[in-house]
Amino acid sequence: MKMLRMLTLTEARLLLREPLAFFWGVAFPMVLLTVMGLSASKIDGVSLVAIYEPIVIAFISVAFGVQGIPVQIAGYRQGRILRRLATTPAGPARVIGAQLIVSLAVILIATVGVLAVGRLGFGVPLPRQPAGFALVVVLSAAAMVALGLLIGALAPTARSAGAAATVLFFPLMYFAGLWTPQMSASARHIGQFTPLGATTQALGDSMAGGWPHPAALAVLGVCAIACAGLAARFFRWE
Amino acid sequence: MPGAGPPGEAAGMTMNACSTAIEVDRLRKRYGRKVAVDDVSFTVAAGEIFGLLGRNGAGKSTTVDCIVGLRTPDQGRIRIAGLDPRRDRRELRQLLGVQLQESQLPDKLTVAEAMRLYASFYRRPADTERLLAMLDLTDKRNTRYRKLSGGQKQRLSIALALIGRPRIAVLDELTTGLDPVARRDAWRLIEDIRNSGVTILLITHFMTEAERLCDRVAIMRDGQIAALGRPAALGTPTLEDTFVALTDRVPAGLTLTDETPDNQTLTDRRPR
Repeated sequence: MKMLRMLTLTEARLLLREPLAFFWGVAFPMVLLTVMGLSASKIDGVSLVAIYEPIVIAFISVAFGVQGIPVQIAGYRQGRILRRLATTPAGPARVIGAQLIVSLAVILIATVGVLAVGRLGFGVPLPRQPAGFALVVVLSAAAMVALGLLIGALAPTARSAGAAATVLFFPLMYFAGLWTPQMSASARHIGQFTPLGATTQALGDSMAGGWPHPAALAVLGVCAIACAGLAARFFRWE
Repeated sequence: MPGAGPPGEAAGMTMNACSTAIEVDRLRKRYGRKVAVDDVSFTVAAGEIFGLLGRNGAGKSTTVDCIVGLRTPDQGRIRIAGLDPRRDRRELRQLLGVQLQESQLPDKLTVAEAMRLYASFYRRPADTERLLAMLDLTDKRNTRYRKLSGGQKQRLSIALALIGRPRIAVLDELTTGLDPVARRDAWRLIEDIRNSGVTILLITHFMTEAERLCDRVAIMRDGQIAALGRPAALGTPTLEDTFVALTDRVPAGLTLTDETPDNQTLTDRRPR
């Protein structure tokens, strides 16, 4: 427990020393939401800022889960840090655990930040179904972190991990609605079976006061479990 | 029985002359069809500095990996202070300090943070400040890893290998990439460590280093031990001559230098 605590503290400290990761994962979502908030346009009578809030929250878990984690893990493998830890009582799995804890924590903090910007800056109401909302945030963060873990398990180098994450970023965020919040019916239909399509829809539902659709929760749960299982199966320590 | 007691009692670390620190008995390890280590046996006495020499690909690293428990041997028996590296992993990790070649730390971690982190892994860590002073890193304590020089990184790596107060330290290519002065400093340091009662397994490419430091050496070739003994007894006239005679397959009189016209073909003919 002491080892995990120290490793988690260390990983948190290292993350704080990465201004770029912080900008992309924490500041950029808030800036993007602010830009949307300053626009007066509406889609079907709903303000852009309210439409974009779930999308921006989905983005946070991609930034830290899919883009952050694989590069860290592959970098630690490449620098033989995992191997070095394998010769100590801590072992290499604990440092991965520490990275997951830190990533999940930062995703939750950034999500609260986005909710605050929406509420205080532009009067977007807080989620009317908070429990459902929190459940979706946690599940989608778990799914993206697990996906990041899978990329990190398979990618031989930090560079290839970064490339894989970038390639995945576009379809993931497309179905979340980053570029086209108002999708065609068919795209929307396909989207609800992708993790971030399911996330945006479920977040939108719970913000409006409804309980997230069980299908969306199932998509996220399956994604999280499948990715984590495959990552555990194929993880390369060196 | 050495090491039968818990490592917590390593405080009474003695250079008990008759105790065995490392015992490798008929070790075998293959990767696919390639035999990496073939019937290797040697023992290292407590308090000894033992050198493992050999050209790249001779099987040194695989042997070390098996000793520190990073790989499972196909056959053979290994005991580290009486412990089985795989079965008694947890105990072994407490009493074994390892310095791996080419192992790094996160770029933005400072020296002191790395020391504190690694100290938290062990039941009875050494005093961080004293260790930093011993390795001449005190004024670098707040420097980030990326900003350290090659020699400083190596010294930090040694410090981390020693922070758990190991009874046995495995130092892999410790002085590779160090300038001659830094190398000599590292040698003095290794002698100091040994004098504090730590058994040392040293993997090196430098014959002068082995001659100067090691009580005994094993020279490996093609996964086997080609020679084993005191450097002075093996070295005729120097250890380097013995090493080259034992491990070089090039016909006598030909040397592998860049000037040799068929350097490439000679290299290629060598078994990996």
